[in-house]
Amino acid sequence: MFNTNSKRFSKKMLLAPIAAAAMAFFSTVHAEDTIKVGVLHSLSGTMAISETTLKDTMLMLIDEQNKKGGLLGKKLEAVVVDPASNWPLFAEKARELLTKDKVSAIFGCWTSVSRKSVLPVIEELNGILFYPVQYEGEESSKNVFYTGAAPNQQAIPAVDYLMNDLKVKRWVLAGTDYVYPRTTNKILEAYLKAKGVNKKDIMINYTPFGHSDWQSIVADIKKFGSAGKKTAVVSTINGDANVPFYKELGNQGVSAENIPVVAFSVGEEELSGIDTKPLVGHLAAWNYFMSVDTTKNAAFIKQWKDYIKNPKRVTNDPMEAHYIGFNMWVKAVEKAGTTDPDAVQKALIGVEYPNLTGGVAKMLPNHHISKPVLIGEIQDDGQFVTVWQTNKVVDGDAWSDFLPESKPIIADWTAPISCGNYNTKTKKCSGQNY
Amino acid sequence: MKLLTLASQDKTRATVLSVLAAITIIIPLCNVLTPADSALHFSAYTVSVIGKYLTFALLGLSLDLVWGYCGILALGHGAFFALGGYAMGMYLMRQIGTRGVYGDPLLPDFMVFLNWKELPWFWYGFDNFAFAMLMVLLVPGTLAFVFGWLAFRSRVTGVYLSIITQALTYALLLAFFRNEMGFGGNNGLTDFKDILGFNIQSEGVRSMLFFLSGVALIGAFLLCSWITSTKLGRVVTAIRDQESRVRFLGYRVEMFKLWVFTFAAMLAGVAGALYVPQVGIINPSEFSPLNSLEIVIWVAMGGRGTLYGAIIGAVVVNYSKTVLTGLLPDAWLYILGGLFIVVTLLLPDGIVGLLQRKLKEQAA
Amino acid sequence: MNIPANKPLSYGLAVLMLLFSMLAHSETDATQQPLQDALAAIKQGSMSEREQAINHLVELKHPRSLVILQALLAGKLLVVKDQDKLVIGDAIDQDYNIVDAVSNEKLGIISAEQVGKINLTNKLRSNLRKIIGELELNADDDAVRLAAVKAMDKEVDARLLDLFKQRLAVEQNADVKEAIENILLLQQMDSADKNERMAAITQLQSHDSLDVVNKLKAITEKDADGNYAEADSDIRNIADAALTEINGRLRLYSSIETVFFGLSLGAVLVLSAIGLAITFGVMGVINMAHGELMMIGAYTTYVIQQLMPNYLGLSIILSIPAAFLISALVGIAIERGIIRFLYGRPLETLLATFGVSLFLQQTVRSIFSPLNRSVATPEWMSGSWQINDFLSLTWNRFYILIFCLIVFVLLMQILKHTKLGLEVRAVAQNRRMAKAMGIPTAQVDAMTFGLGSGIAGVAGVALSQITNVGPNLGQSYIVDSFMVVVFGGVGNLLGTLVAGFSLGIANKFLEPFAGAVLAKILVLVFIILFIQKRPRGLFPQKGRAADS
Repeated sequence: MFNTNSKRFSKKMLLAPIAAAAMAFFSTVHAEDTIKVGVLHSLSGTMAISETTLKDTMLMLIDEQNKKGGLLGKKLEAVVVDPASNWPLFAEKARELLTKDKVSAIFGCWTSVSRKSVLPVIEELNGILFYPVQYEGEESSKNVFYTGAAPNQQAIPAVDYLMNDLKVKRWVLAGTDYVYPRTTNKILEAYLKAKGVNKKDIMINYTPFGHSDWQSIVADIKKFGSAGKKTAVVSTINGDANVPFYKELGNQGVSAENIPVVAFSVGEEELSGIDTKPLVGHLAAWNYFMSVDTTKNAAFIKQWKDYIKNPKRVTNDPMEAHYIGFNMWVKAVEKAGTTDPDAVQKALIGVEYPNLTGGVAKMLPNHHISKPVLIGEIQDDGQFVTVWQTNKVVDGDAWSDFLPESKPIIADWTAPISCGNYNTKTKKCSGQNY
Repeated sequence: MKLLTLASQDKTRATVLSVLAAITIIIPLCNVLTPADSALHFSAYTVSVIGKYLTFALLGLSLDLVWGYCGILALGHGAFFALGGYAMGMYLMRQIGTRGVYGDPLLPDFMVFLNWKELPWFWYGFDNFAFAMLMVLLVPGTLAFVFGWLAFRSRVTGVYLSIITQALTYALLLAFFRNEMGFGGNNGLTDFKDILGFNIQSEGVRSMLFFLSGVALIGAFLLCSWITSTKLGRVVTAIRDQESRVRFLGYRVEMFKLWVFTFAAMLAGVAGALYVPQVGIINPSEFSPLNSLEIVIWVAMGGRGTLYGAIIGAVVVNYSKTVLTGLLPDAWLYILGGLFIVVTLLLPDGIVGLLQRKLKEQAA
Repeated sequence: MNIPANKPLSYGLAVLMLLFSMLAHSETDATQQPLQDALAAIKQGSMSEREQAINHLVELKHPRSLVILQALLAGKLLVVKDQDKLVIGDAIDQDYNIVDAVSNEKLGIISAEQVGKINLTNKLRSNLRKIIGELELNADDDAVRLAAVKAMDKEVDARLLDLFKQRLAVEQNADVKEAIENILLLQQMDSADKNERMAAITQLQSHDSLDVVNKLKAITEKDADGNYAEADSDIRNIADAALTEINGRLRLYSSIETVFFGLSLGAVLVLSAIGLAITFGVMGVINMAHGELMMIGAYTTYVIQQLMPNYLGLSIILSIPAAFLISALVGIAIERGIIRFLYGRPLETLLATFGVSLFLQQTVRSIFSPLNRSVATPEWMSGSWQINDFLSLTWNRFYILIFCLIVFVLLMQILKHTKLGLEVRAVAQNRRMAKAMGIPTAQVDAMTFGLGSGIAGVAGVALSQITNVGPNLGQSYIVDSFMVVVFGGVGNLLGTLVAGFSLGIANKFLEPFAGAVLAKILVLVFIILFIQKRPRGLFPQKGRAADS
């Protein structure tokens, strides 16, 4: 069917990129006058939708730092890789970043499973990972710095607000079936019961990732909410499943005034991809809102819009987490005078950096940071109006006090404990062999 | 499809075998013998990446036996790989013992977390290495046997068979995602510490796993080559080419198919079991229909029905992925997608076909 | 910073004042200054200041108060940024047609960037709704009055009850009358007089209302100590009987609802599978890029909506032919460029089209960014058809169901009654014979593939109304589509229809017992077992063609 010419041509076409790639694979040029920063966010696959923005944020922050003259007299160099939403690939890429590119720190991961996958590698090679997303807690690694919210910095304040200000009596805990919603709901269930909520007044529902047919579940929520008591939905529904969920809520006539939904995974960026009409009035709890009016935030938003060259792009909570994390890292490296991981890890604890929304974030000995908690209502322009906020920053708690098995456990990476999983009853550091 | 001449096949086979053997012996040997800063020392990264390719090659090989020789386009072959991986993962989880986050001597962390009080029955025995290894073979094997027995007996063929194998892996994907199943849900099994008492992250264990993957691949390759050259192998190939005719000749077609399908599933299980300790995690996404589809693509890319083609395809595709995801994070899907199209259009016999033609041109 | 809890009754007083003010509006100029003060607080204040300002606005007795409050609730109250002036604006395109909030003076058209919207919270919104509801209880428009009654039916106090009774005395419209009577009957259930209570219960048991169910349940339930909340056993018995009767109807409605849910899920499955049934079933091409063709259809909807943001409904309608054309063209390009070289090697089409699907996904990521795009739903497609309190059918699902059937019927007609259809069927049955008869098979192949792809694009338009429009859209539907086609029988369109609907309904009936995930697993296992029983699907192809 094909003549020889086209065959030749095709061979060349086929081999050229492979050959080029092979050369690059085996000959990494080590420019010693730069400090390398790894960016480990999925740029393809299911998570690209959330993580691509964080890659751009990192590039912007690094760019900015270089304009200020770099770090320790050297330029920073971003090493971007694509773990393609594939969990084992996250581990492989982390190893690549640490051993082949010799990066000084990695900023990355979004899902819990990707962090869990990377964890053994980072610990083995003594790297530094900044993890920018709200997560379930129950973890504190020597090598990971958690700049997103722990459950006590997001879920508990949100429930308090619903209970005290909106007088909610009946609760639907709806989530995607994975570890973050499971933990959060477990903590919330314990918390609600401790506050005297009857078991009958709590409905828990789990759905798979990307669940798209919400008809029956929303009908159930509607029935549950029609029992005459004020009902609210606490949603830990993840990513893509949110759009059909809110659409169905809107269509079945569940309005924010009847049954408000407070979400922990819906931010400005998710809203920019949703027709916000049916969502107006529903709530979200975060540590940052784009709408918060401070000069720092305005400057950050302007910087982002200029960098990405799109005046319509929005900022969100994980971006602020990277902003804080990156600047804390810069401060710690300056303090330590080196990028040596042990020195930087030590120097990071206690570093303070101002939040974009006011107040100061501090890296705590448990490798979590202190953050303000904000609760906002969704507006039809895809922004939040803050309806409640803590009057001071809340310290991130790695091990929840509301779960019996983790109540006695604390994390403290300063001497003399130096442990991420220290049992205050048995006085033992368990679980970790490093 | 053009069958390659036996002579050249032998030559290529010999080359592939010797390259494999060299890699299997030299890399671990260098790493054990030379110090870490030596030029001959391979980094842990290289070892783990190539080790992963070897297990993928084994997986591709097993699919080639089913697809290339028996003509069954299985779109759910990844399920057997994942099951083997889970069996291994369960063994590794039990080895953690009290070193888990919550320090429970018996229950893995995720069960403590879900408030489970005792170990589910299907986790029993997995603390025993021999039992776990048996399960690596038996679980995928049994599933393949039952599934195959049902399907082949009722003469489900062609696309119908392909799609129900896809349904199989999809159903397993959804099932393993469920936290109630007792396999760790979306996070899967991770945080492994020891294997047979040795630290899983140590250099020696990593080299050993690498070596075992190489040996398993070479062994499976030889075994498959032998099978395809026996009378059984020829009947199987005949089934691929003209199923009804073979049946009319009096052969019990479904038994041959069943045998090959089950055997290949076990091989895939072995590949999974070797894969998990090297990458350090097993999670339900291994069951995803897209993963299984990708295996088919390795085989097609390398050249199906040749065995070594599957090995070459698996290595080439995965190697390009490794390189391109680092080098061109924004554009690698264009290249990979383009590659698939170009290969199908211009190289109907895959890379092996291309090499073969080149050899012939040189000879001429 | 906690916003202080709202004083629940303060608005009631305010309303009365406002009512009064509307009757006597003469001293306009004198009230201008306090009005400006209240408006300034609405404009700049925090949420709690805004709340006070709203009450203040009501107390001011200004004739513009109601208009301003209505605009505030509707999200039409805007601030012109550089003049710091309050205006009421209707959105036109990217602009607003504005009038001065106080003087009602026409100010012309202003671009959206120059104005900011006054935001509300839920609390303010529901208070406003009540305030406006009371004001509108005596409005001229029947629909407005009905909405006003509905807005106030949740928390009824003595003062409101009087208002309702007064209205009932003069009300002419039957619907509004019934709505008020129902509220009064519900109140009567709490009356002190036993006979009145029993009469109310008997009368209400024919009503399909959740409020009634809740009230009845409260009567028949035991408290924590095992005592009945209701002491009177006569009332308990009659309530019990009423509840049983209502529950019977409830069960019926809920099964109707489940069937509807199943049909609408089925419609989505059928829509996404039917294009595949043509390319895969009729042509034997395993088209892994089918999902991406749907994605293209969904993105077409997005682009058209961006081009005409003020005509949402029309944009959806226009998207249907546009998506069909664009997806069909892409499909034809794929067929001409790749697939035509692969006939006779059907399994290899899988490999090539998988490459195409990766390529298309990444293209969309490059053009539209990896973020989801927002596709708005027109007014007539949102909300639901409220048959009664127990049963409501959502409009978007309803339209998609109808749309699915129309697409199916049209497709059948094309295949049965057009020249193209005849040729497609001929080629599908026996390619060589068809060619010998002078049918241009290459051309027919391209057209068939184009047809299948175009329908995938049309399915994408429907999907854009219920789910995310993003690069992963296709992937989430491709596996299900293949299942439906195979279950129905490859090469049989009717099979695809029946398969899609039966899988949808089966799924929805299993879901309440098994949960969403297990239901899906069970359906998959069922398909696997079913194929053992009938290796060629529900409607097997007969004859020679079935053998290949």
